[in-house]
Amino acid sequence: MLSGGTPFSATYIKKAMKNHKLLEVENLKKYYPVTGGLLYRHLGDIKAVDGVSFYIMEGEALGLVGESGCGKSTLGRTILRLEEPTEGKVVYRGTDITRLGRKELRGLRREIQIIFQDPQSSLDPRMTIGQSIGEALLIHGLRDEGQRGRRVSDMLERVGLESQHALRYPHEFSSGQRQRIGIARALATSPRLIIADESVSALDVSIQAQILNLMLELRREFRLAYLFIAHDLSVIRQVSQRVAVMYLGRLVELAEAGEIFANALHPYTEALISAIPSIRQGKRKTRILLPGSVPSPLNPPPGCRFHTRCHRVLPICHRAEPHLKDAGNGHLVACHLYGI
Amino acid sequence: MEKAILSVKELKTYFFTRRGIVRAVDNVSFELVKGECLCLVGESGCGKTVTALSILRLVDSPPGRIVGGEIFYDGTDLTKCSAERLRHIRGKEIAMIFQDAQSALNPVFTIGDQIVEQIKLHLKVSRRGAKNRAINLLKEVGIPSPEAAAGYYPHQLSGGMRQRAMIAMGLSCNPRLLIADEPTTAVDVTIKAQIIDIFRQLKESRKMSLIFITHELGIVSEIGDRIVVMYAGRVAETSLVSELLKNPKHPYTSGLIKCLPDITQEKERLESIPGTVPSLDNLPGGCLFHPRCSRAMAICRQQQPPPVNVKRGHTVFCHLY
Repeated sequence: MLSGGTPFSATYIKKAMKNHKLLEVENLKKYYPVTGGLLYRHLGDIKAVDGVSFYIMEGEALGLVGESGCGKSTLGRTILRLEEPTEGKVVYRGTDITRLGRKELRGLRREIQIIFQDPQSSLDPRMTIGQSIGEALLIHGLRDEGQRGRRVSDMLERVGLESQHALRYPHEFSSGQRQRIGIARALATSPRLIIADESVSALDVSIQAQILNLMLELRREFRLAYLFIAHDLSVIRQVSQRVAVMYLGRLVELAEAGEIFANALHPYTEALISAIPSIRQGKRKTRILLPGSVPSPLNPPPGCRFHTRCHRVLPICHRAEPHLKDAGNGHLVACHLYGI
Repeated sequence: MEKAILSVKELKTYFFTRRGIVRAVDNVSFELVKGECLCLVGESGCGKTVTALSILRLVDSPPGRIVGGEIFYDGTDLTKCSAERLRHIRGKEIAMIFQDAQSALNPVFTIGDQIVEQIKLHLKVSRRGAKNRAINLLKEVGIPSPEAAAGYYPHQLSGGMRQRAMIAMGLSCNPRLLIADEPTTAVDVTIKAQIIDIFRQLKESRKMSLIFITHELGIVSEIGDRIVVMYAGRVAETSLVSELLKNPKHPYTSGLIKCLPDITQEKERLESIPGTVPSLDNLPGGCLFHPRCSRAMAICRQQQPPPVNVKRGHTVFCHLY
């Protein structure tokens, strides 16, 4: 089953020829230096993102899943250059955005938008919703006030609110409505890629389903691409076509959504999937309980970073770090179990 | 049928605010049988935490007050008993574990000291005896090297370990009833699985009665025996877990079950419940769920639905039945 040779299978190459890669991330690293002691010596680095590569097609939704502290949010922010990358490339439609100047960056941010987890803190409490959404449009060059107003009402109506809501303040809305406002603001500049960072994690189940449906509709309607960051695998399952799994700053597995849930290869992914409490008890496989918790990214374990918690650990895992390789049909996995 | 260890009858806990009366818990009744795990389920603001706090009479007063109903524990009505008696019950007979271990633990005392303090308060043991007991408890909840962990301050532990320390503290006086308020909400998926596993083991080894508050039906199906679904301060439906998940009667319950994303298949769109949970100081008349209900009838707008026994032990508050 394992081909191990070419980085991508034939079906993937075909797809790549037909569609265009919207975003390509190559060996991206983000280190945060840790200093301390008398002379603020450099004691080491927190390797939040440590050599991550993937791509997103136009109109494609890629899910990125991992536990807290695995670097998934930092990755999202580094792509937008809200954090400066330490190393690596982020190529958006042919341009390496790690080299762009401030002015060019502004043009880019019109095309890539981000929706945060907590709309309560990402909306200015002293601005009306209309002003908040309008500000995004003004910054990106829509100077005519009338046009701006019309665009704001269009957007509000598109996300299921009413145009007169533009005159209200954030505290007048429920958390589900505020998340709709966050989406409206991201949509206002007609982006091609939306980075959704835990956008539904704080919402109640019934509201969560509403927002996920809205995001799915918008993707079809505007041919949006998503980088959908979440810790909840069942949410990721519903909105993504491909899923990437991250552990301690590295990708450990990347495959099509159906494939990864039916046939997870990496022991970490396996454990994550088995850990989801399910109401459909009969079908569930036995649960894999991972011992301990995620080690500190300041001092990751040698060899495979997951070996300290892995239930299928081999002697080689203590020494050599596995790299992301194709295990057949474009299913990428970084694990010694699959021969490297 | 076994005797109930706790029975809550028509509990009403209201908050008297400047903007009006907030009916956080309104006419909630349920019974907990010894050795059973009862799950209180609902979305945020449905009154599940206030119900739990009312049992231990921990609702801040003012503005909150238990205005009606009875809570019988072991023949005592907790809503009326003396503060003295209540002090003996809290922590010893009924213990509570809070959602956010970070803020529930005292940051300036070590984990060990905090557990010892509680043991010394309720049991006649020496300091050394209490210390040993604390270490055994830390071991029981799966903390590695418990002797060392007892000397740690809360900030030195990870989120999962802090939550375990909280559980150890809850267990410290061998309570007959443990109330756990969303103990798995603030932790990661793999840690969540570990914590659920601890509760499942405790239920078996200690035969403890448990009230487990959560918003996740997945967790309920794993550890719950009986479930109470709450909506906007009232009970919507109550039944055995297996029965309710298979055969939900209330439109809200079946909506909640349908909303859950299923990892085994991809759907074009998820089922959802339209609208939002009403604000508790501005509730609709009649059935509280009618504005969001797809099967609402004329009567739902006017009258509160009475309890209907659809099966033995399965009660639903809905006009459809």
